[in-house]
Amino acid sequence: MRALYFLAALLLAATLATTSEPIGAQQSATEAGSTARFTLDDPIVSRREYELAQNLRCLVCQNESIAKSNAPLAVELREVLREQVAAGRSNEEIIAFMTARYGDFVLFRPPLRASTAVLWFGPFALLAVGAFIAFRVLRTRRALAAQEPLTEAERARAAELLRSGESAK
Amino acid sequence: MKRVAPFLIPLALFFVLAAFLLRGLWLNPREVPSPLIGKPAPLFTLPALHDKKPFSSKDLLGQVWIMNVWASWCAPCRLEHPLFNDLAAQKLVPIVGLNYKDAPEAARRWLAELGDPYLVSVIDNDGRAGIDFGVYGVPETFVIDRHGVIRHKHIGPVTPEAMRERIIPLVRELQAKP
Repeated sequence: MRALYFLAALLLAATLATTSEPIGAQQSATEAGSTARFTLDDPIVSRREYELAQNLRCLVCQNESIAKSNAPLAVELREVLREQVAAGRSNEEIIAFMTARYGDFVLFRPPLRASTAVLWFGPFALLAVGAFIAFRVLRTRRALAAQEPLTEAERARAAELLRSGESAK
Repeated sequence: MKRVAPFLIPLALFFVLAAFLLRGLWLNPREVPSPLIGKPAPLFTLPALHDKKPFSSKDLLGQVWIMNVWASWCAPCRLEHPLFNDLAAQKLVPIVGLNYKDAPEAARRWLAELGDPYLVSVIDNDGRAGIDFGVYGVPETFVIDRHGVIRHKHIGPVTPEAMRERIIPLVRELQAKP
């Protein structure tokens, strides 16, 4: 029963955690000064705008998106973003605008290129190597296990050796 | 051979990893390579700091020039400023200041106090020209060739070494080209 309550609480927390961001984005009026994100004097225009901003890196505080950062550059870039969304530019056009100025670094999701191939496929290559090693090890072990069982005489000899080892203590 | 291999593999992997991490110690994550190098510099027409008259970067086509992004609120700008004063005294190359998100009053005071090495400083009040140049921190310095193409970007305060070994030789090299 306790486990069930716990599970329910966990689920609730998870839903809150996933939904609270966009809501927080609209209701953060009271904390406008202290926190970043989209605030009252920085009104949100659309969900698309927010999603775009979330995938763009703020270059000042490099591990924050421009949706969350409070840096002046992020505020400015949000404004640019808003203007472009309002002007009806497509996501691709807006992203091209950003990467033309700040490079691929501005994207949290690196595009697939020759220079990023290791990043995209490296983990799979490592997984393949690991699987190969695991396969080899398991096969050797299975081969060992499949060997002939001990004969009666060998068993007796083993027991005798174990006994003599014990008495030596 | 076959007996030593198993423990040598993790050891070799360790050294490979250590080599990468060691290399990482000498890289600066704040220096983001600019995609604008080798591309035409964005054109701007902005009011000049001293008389508010519009100044267009088009006027500089045909000569090599340096653009220095600065602000009076920027502490590292103070650090590099004497180097630009020296460079201006050499009369080697025009330096244009992009006064980034600054109060013009404070900016003028700053120049009066520390010296004005700039041919002109233009006011980038909202930082839009800065965004076009991919500026994400102040100071930043660009070297632009006769054809208006960005040839070099220095992020952060220019050091005496960077000025002596990179910027000045590059300016001379670009000036020698048609």
